[in-house]
Amino acid sequence: MEILGLLSDGLLLALQPINVGMILIGVTIGLFIGAMPGLGSVNGVAILLPITFLVPPESAIIFLAAIYYGAMYGGAISSITLGIPGASTAVATTFDGRPLALQGRASLALVTAALASFVGGTISVILFTLFAPLLASVALSFGPPEIFALMLLAFATFVGLGGDDIPKTVLSICLGLVLASVGFDEISGEPRLVFFDISGFLHGINFLVLAIGVYGIGEMMWTIDTTRGKITTTESRMTLRGAIADAGEFLRRAWRGTAIGSSLGFFVGILPAAGATPGSLMSYGVAKMLARDGNEYGKGHPDGVAAPEAANNSASTGSMLPMLTLGIPGSPTTAILLGGMVIWGLTPGPRLFTDQPEFVWGLIGSFYISNFFALVINLSFIPLFIWMLRMPFTILAPMIFVLSIVGGSAATKDMHDVWLIVIFGLAAFFLRKFDYPLAPAVLAIVLGPIAEPTLRQSLLLSSGDPMIFLNRPIAGPITVIAIILIFMPLLKMVRNRMRQQSEKTA
Amino acid sequence: MTMLSSFVTKTLGAAAVAFAAMSGSASAWEPTKPIDFVIMAGAGGGADQIARFIQSVAEKKGLTSRPLVPNNKGGGSGAEALIHLKGASDPDHTILVTLNSYFTTPLRQKGLGIDVKTFTPVAMMGVDPFVLWVHKDSGITTFEDWVEKVKADNGEYVMGGTGSGQEDSLVITFMEQNFGLDIKYIPYKGGGAVAKDLAGQQIMASVNNPAEAKGFYEAGDVVPLIAFSDERLAAYPDVRTVKEIGKDFSYYNQRAVVGAPGQSAEAAEYYQKLFETIYNTEEWQEYMTSESLSPLWMAPEDQTAYWQLQIDNHVELLAKMEE
Repeated sequence: MEILGLLSDGLLLALQPINVGMILIGVTIGLFIGAMPGLGSVNGVAILLPITFLVPPESAIIFLAAIYYGAMYGGAISSITLGIPGASTAVATTFDGRPLALQGRASLALVTAALASFVGGTISVILFTLFAPLLASVALSFGPPEIFALMLLAFATFVGLGGDDIPKTVLSICLGLVLASVGFDEISGEPRLVFFDISGFLHGINFLVLAIGVYGIGEMMWTIDTTRGKITTTESRMTLRGAIADAGEFLRRAWRGTAIGSSLGFFVGILPAAGATPGSLMSYGVAKMLARDGNEYGKGHPDGVAAPEAANNSASTGSMLPMLTLGIPGSPTTAILLGGMVIWGLTPGPRLFTDQPEFVWGLIGSFYISNFFALVINLSFIPLFIWMLRMPFTILAPMIFVLSIVGGSAATKDMHDVWLIVIFGLAAFFLRKFDYPLAPAVLAIVLGPIAEPTLRQSLLLSSGDPMIFLNRPIAGPITVIAIILIFMPLLKMVRNRMRQQSEKTA
Repeated sequence: MTMLSSFVTKTLGAAAVAFAAMSGSASAWEPTKPIDFVIMAGAGGGADQIARFIQSVAEKKGLTSRPLVPNNKGGGSGAEALIHLKGASDPDHTILVTLNSYFTTPLRQKGLGIDVKTFTPVAMMGVDPFVLWVHKDSGITTFEDWVEKVKADNGEYVMGGTGSGQEDSLVITFMEQNFGLDIKYIPYKGGGAVAKDLAGQQIMASVNNPAEAKGFYEAGDVVPLIAFSDERLAAYPDVRTVKEIGKDFSYYNQRAVVGAPGQSAEAAEYYQKLFETIYNTEEWQEYMTSESLSPLWMAPEDQTAYWQLQIDNHVELLAKMEE
């Protein structure tokens, strides 16, 4: 077993005191950067990249990877306690994490998030260790038609996300797609939907801007409106026994979401176009679709927390794979890491595994160790987060508002986006009053920018023939499954109508 | 109150004079706050990597008294960055890392009202050549074979490149028009995605910069056929240039730093000196070698002349593309 030998060398390297120190500091920084709305792993890694000159390249990448990992754990914290997604990768965590917190079960949600993250992270590292070179060729075989088919599948799983009202779900998806197309059309090279020639629209509408607007501002107004500020999250103090009970409940009620998130997240992560955000959203959709009690999702189901959290950790490991084996970033954060590798004098690409085994295996070894420490550190901070929740809502609400605004401006450093957050927040509040589901819009703004160019590239490849999605060996089956899923609710609707009519006539 | 503030002013003034006398450079401008280091591309692309490399060298060597803060504004194929610079509230603390969209974007999006000649020249850090690549499984090893293959495919030969009306498509259009080819062009978001899809044989050829294709080249997946540089590239000594086969053409992506319009002469001088220092560091010289950048150092006045030349060239190239 050559791999085991290389891995044990890597683990030894990662366990050197300097590297363990790097992991501890990195994970802790990442945890807090991830928990700050608007700041995600991209910002953390980009800001701290220059200071990594003080240490050897192995330690530098271990440090940055630890930040990446920590941020994946941390993103869940504000999603659950405040209802604002801490990072784009944790948006799906708010869907069920927030309801759980409102029911006074924040500790269950936080423990579930931490454990699912750990399982997702660990499973993905094992897959990574065993199959890295093989999976690299899988990533290469995904061209534009395959990626579009996968996006279609993601949309299909989300048609069921909005509940029973399919027209409103479709409208919400369309709204998200329109927002996603604002800015610049890559294919024709022309600006489009730049409203009133405001230059801020040229960079498009950042997905976090919509997510913070909807889940930060919109959610806060909704809570104030429905509870008149008398919200009581009766969470008792966090006790060890409570934590153990939560862990037990995680094992019983969240294993399914964890399993789905770990595997699907990893797979989506290794595809260079996607990354952790689509990975976590898709995992949530699939977990809900496959669950027998799917209608409990969105009301505080532990599986709904576990699936996206397992997925975003799994995907973040996955996105290291194209970075290390192909030299192609799988996510915005790995793009920065890749730049870092060039700065440290390494050549990312297919030869990195053979030319720099110490670097690569040291990094892989550090994944195992980072995951362990991230879990321990995260769990030990949970009482602090619970304490925050016990503050009266009259204090929390302004805090959420401030964090949303700060988060919005931190993401792009542009006041334009802050105004958009406020506008989206107001719009989300009213749409919610009319019972429009908003998760599909958020999904659409994440997947739209991947789906649209790949659709158009595919059709350019085939000179306009849509059969390209059906007659390729990988794209074909995915497209067929997606189409079946999209029409399933319609079939159900028709069948129900017919049954009702036959009942009436009978 | 007035007495106090006048006292403060006097003291500070005296201190400043004393300090200036000590340092012996009363006129030298220094940044007084973090420098807005705008990048004309999104995070992770070629231009971004270079910008972050430059920033890291400045940081490592302690070359600036205030940090360079990278600020990615890639929207609208760089239009966002150009607008940001044009409207910069503090031009003395705003500089931009450019690529060729510096020339093409104002030409293609006339509504922006950007005239790059109003920008302040700082430094030409190097130029990035273009190379024609094919996958090794195609069996093609020479440019002549390639031309034959493209002709035989009769419009079904697929190439990928970054964007539309940008560098890659201009180079491909040049080949179509000068060698009588008909190529199906697929625009991508960035050079990395193009290189990956060539390695995965989703597309048949690309005109990636050497830095983008290097990893796959070293692994033996892709084969260089011809370089669009004036002279053969040191890293690819066996690859002929387009000039060698009789077409007077070369095309590079510029890796230059410019200042915002209206930047004061003192600030401009500071940045010119700063980037000259960075240019001469061992780190940057090594980076240019390893990433196959060609040196093209020029004085600030020459840069302005170079811009005009590039604008004229691009007007011509874009016009040919419309044909």
